[in-house]
Formats: sequence, structure tokens, C-alpha cells
Amino acid sequence: MKQLDQLREFMRRDRVFDFVAEERFPFTSGVRPVRPGVVDISKGPILYIENMTVSFDGFKAINDLTLYINHGELRCIIGPNGAGKTTMMDCITGKTRPDSGTVFYGQTMDLTRMSEYEIAQVGIGRKFQKPTVFPHHTVFENLELALYTDKSVWPTLIAKLSGEQRDHIDEVLRIIGLIDQVHRRAGLLSHGQTQWLEIGMLLMQKPLLLLVDEPVAGMTHQESERTAELLTSLAEEHSVVVVEHDMDFVRSLARTVTVLHEGRVLAEGSMDQVQNDPKVIEVYLGETAH
Amino acid sequence: MPNKSLFARLFASNRGGSIFLGILAAFAIIVPVFNLAVPESSALHMSTYTVTLLGKYLTFALLAIALDLVWGYCGILSLGHGAFFALGGYAMGMYLMRQIGDRGVYGNPELPDFMVFLNWPELPWYWHGFDMFWFAMLMVMLAPGVLAFVFGWLAFRSRVTGVYLSIITQALTYALMLAFFRNEMGFGGNNGLTDFKDIMGYNLQQDSTRVALFLASAIALALAYLACHYIVTSRFGRVVIAIRDAEDRTRFTGYKTESYKVWIFTFSAVLSGIAGALYVPQVGIINPGEFSPLNSIELVVWVAVGGRGTLYGAALGAGLVNYAKTFFTGALPEVWLFALGALFIVVTIFLPKGIIGLIGKLKNKRRAEKAQAIGLNPNAETES
Ligand SMILES: Nc1ncnc2c1ncn2[C@@H]1O[C@H](COP(=O)(O)OP(=O)(O)OP(=O)(O)O)[C@@H](O)[C@H]1O
Ligand SMILES: [Mg+2]
Repeated sequence: MKQLDQLREFMRRDRVFDFVAEERFPFTSGVRPVRPGVVDISKGPILYIENMTVSFDGFKAINDLTLYINHGELRCIIGPNGAGKTTMMDCITGKTRPDSGTVFYGQTMDLTRMSEYEIAQVGIGRKFQKPTVFPHHTVFENLELALYTDKSVWPTLIAKLSGEQRDHIDEVLRIIGLIDQVHRRAGLLSHGQTQWLEIGMLLMQKPLLLLVDEPVAGMTHQESERTAELLTSLAEEHSVVVVEHDMDFVRSLARTVTVLHEGRVLAEGSMDQVQNDPKVIEVYLGETAH
Repeated sequence: MPNKSLFARLFASNRGGSIFLGILAAFAIIVPVFNLAVPESSALHMSTYTVTLLGKYLTFALLAIALDLVWGYCGILSLGHGAFFALGGYAMGMYLMRQIGDRGVYGNPELPDFMVFLNWPELPWYWHGFDMFWFAMLMVMLAPGVLAFVFGWLAFRSRVTGVYLSIITQALTYALMLAFFRNEMGFGGNNGLTDFKDIMGYNLQQDSTRVALFLASAIALALAYLACHYIVTSRFGRVVIAIRDAEDRTRFTGYKTESYKVWIFTFSAVLSGIAGALYVPQVGIINPGEFSPLNSIELVVWVAVGGRGTLYGAALGAGLVNYAKTFFTGALPEVWLFALGALFIVVTIFLPKGIIGLIGKLKNKRRAEKAQAIGLNPNAETES
């Protein structure tokens, strides 16, 4: 038994042995170790999209797009229909593979080589354009499934909720205001409630980067105000990317706005800046003129 | 709610399942008594033929539960589950063949009759070990399990779903049928494996052996039900349902959905194999016809009739449809296939949740009427 413990001690993965530490190996000094599974945001940005191109049957939905998102930032992305906003999110979350270009999460993780579940596990949460929750599960179960924990097959089979995890669920329930609906089947929720539940599921995953595709579509004015408050409160601790068509909503978030058009960045700046940008005006007016 | 005690999960808060297990236990007591203890002259005596017929239904019920696990809970409509049943059956059949020993027509102590007939000099390598019961039982689970694992791994990893998946499962069972029809495969070709004598040294023709096989089927069905119920009420089960309802969402929530699908598919195949192994000694034969695509389709009808996604509904459907089949094929053999087709259409159109769903609906209606009668606002929304 003792030998086994010794062996375990030797095999521990969370420790860097002295003999690899800097003083013994001077040539590594100054180079910080790349730690697998840990996001490296030391340079500021959490997401680096560089020269990314995606084409569907020759049509370039994303055309040489370069975009950086800083850690703790709340970024709004706007753009006419078909600008490539959802496709961009598909590429970040591993649903679509870009034809060329790179997508890095922190400085070390190449998202184009990871699959969807791995990307979710390292802390990127995504809300779909069409709100998607698990309709046959209760609100509670939806949140439980999203819980940040070991999600491989065997641990899940014998999983039990710890008190701490229960508290986490309660906390998220409070944030999304669905405490009264906790045992209701998610399929019976209103549209706005479904949107919130989905955001709540993202929060359960303890993500670092939240990608939120059209969160206020179909919400009442009051509901979208509350959503704006929620997203604003999430920034700082999380990085949040919001895609939205509703200009009032984007204005109420009042952060950096990026305008996408035909798969590339058309303009970037504050809401007032981009709204007065002649290129942006042309794109939006051109669209309404049709 | 999660974190219930095991007992509560399996029995107390599982009314339908408890009723099902109760009925099964009643059968397990009544059938042996009426067959073995009640004298043959009595009107209450149950013939051994009936015992075997009921035992056969139980193995079908087990197979139906296995299919319900993947279809009802994970949305994988397998049209080839009969293949796993047949593989389990063949593994058992091989053991039973080796049990015959030198009592075959040709009296060869080593080789089954059909191999002697084909002038084979010795036992093929894959027949070795089947003289040992434990080895055969291992193969009963391993053969379907490994096939399902490999098949599932290839199919689910390439994200084959829906109709395409159904079609390739159907192709799988069809291909196996063609293969097993060939004499060179070494499984008795066309005729399959038959003329069994003993199982673990007990004569298969004896009443007591038949009753023991019936009991074994009942116990296997009960255990399989409990195992499946445990699985579907665990978080694993909730993930599986989530995959059925919104696979993309499940992936983006951090689950490697293909692993979940592979494992539930494999477990289901193992259960099907066990069902096949219990079926073969009771009917006394296994031949390539068991791989027939039609069998797998019939199986889907059983589950649809009983009601998907409840487990015991599938068992009920298997029992009822097969009872009807026994009746029709006896009375009006040419009508059966039409009746089966009509049944499927009626159920899909009018009873999407099968008989169990119908019972639930009637109950809700009665409850609502009662509530109205005493002046309460009927709570239209029921929660499961
Ligand atoms: N899987 C696909 N196959 C072919 N074309 C696609 C596919 N996905 C997206 N496209 C096309 O790529 C373009 C960009 O689509 P995308 O969904 O990213 O736009 P969007 O900016 O999200 O628009 P919206 O505001 O309407 O949601 C569109 O012209 C769309 O038709
Ligand atoms: Mg979109």
C-alpha cells in the first residue's frame, strides 16, 4: 500500500518537479510553461480570430475575418442578416471548421482542433440563436445537466449532487429569476423564460467566455432590459460576446460595437462612432432600400 | 429529483414499474405451481406448452425493453436489434450443440452433426470453449456487445443519425442473415442449430427444466428492468434523454454525446443477447431466420404498441402483440401480417405514446373531472 502511495505521489500531475524548475534549466527561464487545459490570458485577449475564412459551396460566409476579444470585455456584434455572425460562433465552438485562418482561446488553445464538447469543457458557453433547452427536463434538471463537473460516461452514471452544487444551482436560479418554475418542464416555459434558462445553463458551466446569439429576440421591452442588466453584470468576470439586431438593446449595453458585413469587420468602436460611420450607414440603408 | 435513495428510485417512486414487477413476481409463483404441483387431471393444470410459450414472451419482453432503452430514451431507432438477439441465441445454441456429445445421428463425440455431414475434419477454432457453460454465457454477452460497440463507435462518431442510422442497422442484420445462411460459416447454414438435448446436464424436455428456464427468463427480465430503470433515472439517463431532444445543445454543454450513445447501444445489445440466449433453449432451435429484418421491425411495433420511453410499456407491448400473433397465426395465418401492419398504423396515428400513454391520458381526464366536480380549478398541467 505504501509503495502504491509513493508511486501515486510520483505520478501526480498537478506538480512541477524541482528538477524542471527554472534555476536548474536556465535556458527555460523567462518562458512560462504552457499548461494544458488552462487558458492563458496573460496578454489580454481571451479570443484571437485571425484571417479566418469559411465558405459554403464557394460562397464566403466569413471572409478573412480578424477579431480579438479581451478578457472581461462585453462586446456587441451587429450586422445585417447573413453577415456571418452565427457562422463565426459556429467556428469558435467547433461546429464548423474554418477553411483557413486560426482561432485561439487564450494564447495556447487552438479551437479549430478541438471538438465541441472539449471547447465547452474549457469554458466557452454558447447560447443559440434559436433558444435551445431540454424540453422534457425540468428547469432544475436542465441546470443540473449543465453543471461544471466531470462529464464523462461513468462518473455521470453514479453522479450525485453535492450541497455545494445545489447551492450553485440555487444561485443561478435566482440570477435568471426562475425560482418559481424550478420543477416546471422546460418545454412549457415562455419564450423569454427559455432564453433565460439557456443563459442560466451557460452560467452553470462556469464559463470564461460567453457567446450569446440574439438573446432578446421575442422578448418584451421589460424582459430585454433585465437581460441587458444581466449581461452587463456578467462582464468583468466573464468575457461576453453578444450578437443582436435590436439597436436599442445594443445601445443600452453601451460597449464596443463591431459591425460585420459580408464576413468581415466593417467598423469597430463605440455605438455613436459606428452609427455615424458612412460605410455602416450605407450598408444598413442599402439594405432597407431594397 | 436527484439524490433519492436507491430503494425510492427503483420502487417507491416508480408506480408503473412496481406494478410491472409485481405482476412478474405473481407469474413466477403461479406458473411453476400450476404446472408442477397441480396434477394433470385437474382443470387448473398448466401445460408445459403454455409454460414455454410464456417463457418465450418473457424473452421477447426483455428484448423489447432493450430496444426501448435506445429508442425511447436515446432516440436511436434501431431496425436491427434482432441481430443482437440472434447472436446471443447462436452463442447459446453452440453450447447446446456441444452438450449433445456423441448422442447425435453420426455419434461423433466432438463434431456437431452438420459438420460431420459437411466432412469437416475438426472443430473450427471459434467453436472451441463452447462446451463450457461459463464461456458460452460470456460469449452470449460479448458477441452482441462487441458488435454493437464497434458498429456504434463507427456510426455515432461519424454522426450518422435518424433514418440513415435505421437503414444501416437494418442492413447489418440483413448482412448477418445472409452470412449465417452459408454453410461455410460453420453455424449450420440454413437449418441452424437444433436437436438440443441437455442444458447444464438437465434434460430440455423435462417439465422441471422448462419451468426453470421460465423462471430464469422472469428473473432476467426483472433484473434487466431494474438495471435499465436505474440507468434512465441516473444523471446518465438524463443526458441520454437530452441527446434525444437536443443533441447539439448537449454537446455544447460539454458532453461527448457519441460516447453516451455507444455505451447505451452496447448495453442494450448485451441485454438483447441475453434475451436470445434464454429464447433458444425454450424454442429448441436457432436459425438464420432470426436475423430476418422483419423480426427487427416487429420488435419496433411491440415497443410502439406498448408505449415508448417507459420500459414496462415495451414489455407489455411485447406480451400483447405476441399473444395476438400466437392467436392469429393459429386461427387465421394469412391475416397476421396485415393485422400487424394495421396495428402499427393505428398506433402511430392515434396512440403516439402507446397503450401506457393512453392509460395515462384516461387517468388525467378522470382526475380533471373529479377536480371539477368538487369545484377545484383542474390543474391542466401535469408534471412527470
Ligand atoms: N450550413 C450552411 N450551408 C450553406 N450556407 C450557409 C450555412 N450556414 C450559413 N450559411 C450562409 O452563410 C451566410 C452567413 O450566415 P449566418 O447565419 O452566419 O448569418 P448571420 O449573420 O447570423 O445572420 P442572421 O442575422 O440572419 O442570423 C448566410 O448567407 C447563410 O445563408
Ligand atoms: Mg445568426
